[in-house]
Amino acid sequence: MKINNRFKKSLSMLIITIVVLFILNKVLDDYKLRVLNLCGIYIILGLSMNLINGFTGLFSLGHAGFMAIGAYTVAILTMPAPMKEMNFFMKPIVPFLANIEWSFFPALMMGGVMAGLFGFLIGAPVLRLTDDYLAIATLGFAEIIRVVFTNTQSITNGALGLKGIPASTNVWWSWGLALVTILFMTFLMEGSYGKAFNAIREDEIAARSMGINLFTHKVMSFTFGSFLAGVGGGLLAALLGTIDPNMFRIVLTFNILLIVVLGGLGSIKGSVVSAIIVTIAMEALRFLDESINLGFVKLEGVAGMRMVIFSIILMAVVIFRKEGLLKEN
Amino acid sequence: MGNQGLLQHLANGISLGSLYALIAIGYTMVYGILRLINFAHGDIFMLGIYITYYGILFTSIPWWIVFILASVLTGLIGLLLEKVAYRPLRESPRITILISAIGASFFLQNFGIVVFGGRPKAFPIPNVFNKVIKLGGVSISLITFIIPLVTLLLLLGLTYFITKTKTGMAMRALSKDYETASLMGIDINRIISITFFIGSFLAAVGGIMWGIRYPQLMPLMGVMPGLKCFIAAVIGGIGNITGAVLGGFILGLGEIMLIALLPKLTGYRDAFAFILLIVILLIKPTGLMGEKITEKV
Repeated sequence: MKINNRFKKSLSMLIITIVVLFILNKVLDDYKLRVLNLCGIYIILGLSMNLINGFTGLFSLGHAGFMAIGAYTVAILTMPAPMKEMNFFMKPIVPFLANIEWSFFPALMMGGVMAGLFGFLIGAPVLRLTDDYLAIATLGFAEIIRVVFTNTQSITNGALGLKGIPASTNVWWSWGLALVTILFMTFLMEGSYGKAFNAIREDEIAARSMGINLFTHKVMSFTFGSFLAGVGGGLLAALLGTIDPNMFRIVLTFNILLIVVLGGLGSIKGSVVSAIIVTIAMEALRFLDESINLGFVKLEGVAGMRMVIFSIILMAVVIFRKEGLLKEN
Repeated sequence: MGNQGLLQHLANGISLGSLYALIAIGYTMVYGILRLINFAHGDIFMLGIYITYYGILFTSIPWWIVFILASVLTGLIGLLLEKVAYRPLRESPRITILISAIGASFFLQNFGIVVFGGRPKAFPIPNVFNKVIKLGGVSISLITFIIPLVTLLLLLGLTYFITKTKTGMAMRALSKDYETASLMGIDINRIISITFFIGSFLAAVGGIMWGIRYPQLMPLMGVMPGLKCFIAAVIGGIGNITGAVLGGFILGLGEIMLIALLPKLTGYRDAFAFILLIVILLIKPTGLMGEKITEKV
């Protein structure tokens, strides 16, 4: 009976979301649609980081690196050959990538797979480390990716970045995949794997003595998380149309961490809601960076003010409400 | 590359290594006591440089007094940072306090952008430091010599403080066994404040010398040195001051030598530290001089 009720509830939520998206897709202007798309993408990214950091308790800060892998894979695979030629004017692209032109969905999946593969390769050695060391090693990994992408000019076009990536991301792609991710996460966390992840987070030694293979589960969670991060990165690339290595700095990881912490570590609903709130707030607070005209007095806007406010919010949440803003007790 | 070139690179490597060592000490001391990566340490270093910049440009105080005052002020900011961002979370899970540290780091960076402006500034170098010394056909700027010297003096001072004074003893006790030390009547808050003060003070001294050596100031300039110095501390064995110094020198010398010997890899300079870190962590997870930690149930 209970399951049936829940199923009905989820189904109605799903239908409402689709209807709302359909209406929003018709009404909103380009800028607002872009924000709506970003919301969907950040839901995926928030959930993927929550899987690693919140559910499994592995403190990983390598998200920007996995996103970069996804974004570059999608960009290189979907860009038409003439566009590539225009981009790579400093140094031509390596021949085997020059004429590849995939359609969006396979490219996106490939982006996820590449990120997941790297997650697996990196995770297998690095996940033996405990929390602080893991954080710094994954952070280091993300930085290495960025430095490598800046230097491999014949594959990534180096610091110049890639322009003119086909803008394939629309509301249906971003939100569709976000919904799939939410469903996947819900099922994953309710199944035995999810229980094992939680057990590892709560107490590694106890989990191990209950017969959970720590290493396998950690690598699995890390690989899933990186896959989703790669997909998110790919969607982002196809939404923005331009990417360059400096987009994928630590700040990006930090933004996602903000979403996860505000929503509460280990809460799916929290991550979803806070991804939407944070994304919209990031845009809405842009006025802080510009000048404000109050009629009688004009306040000069200061670039960077927005991020100051955001970091203060993050710290305040962490200090005063440790379980996140949105998590119910 | 001849002998002279090698000498030049060696001098550069040692001076960069000394700077890394000074900053790494702050990480390692805090980690030794609180088991916390003070992500904001690199940004404290940045603040130290900017405070010196404004002190020299906008006051008529002689430069060497500005240097001292700025270092002390930066030390106090570090102390304040601990009070605001870390003290309320001391009993919380480690992940929470780490997030708070990242938040603090991000706050300081953006605070820097808002207050100091995002555009690069040129560090006002006192004329004394502009001298160039010729040594066996190699011309090396004076600051390249001063940096290792100052570092050495500060290290001696720090070693004396930690091994011979009562506060230093309390610090060692706290990093050995936090719980027991607190039962022995050690004022934990005071010791932690002093630790943060010393770490930030050393970071500021390192920052000032950094400014003279590489005189371009930016609000985000602390990020990379900060990360690298943390890596230096980890390589040496975090919690161990000698290890931090050793790690700093390995990293500084390694980086300069990499560029000198393999100029093709210059673009990968920033990746070098991280690759070294991952390799060391995999071979010897507690660092070169770190103690082995046994897991207890």
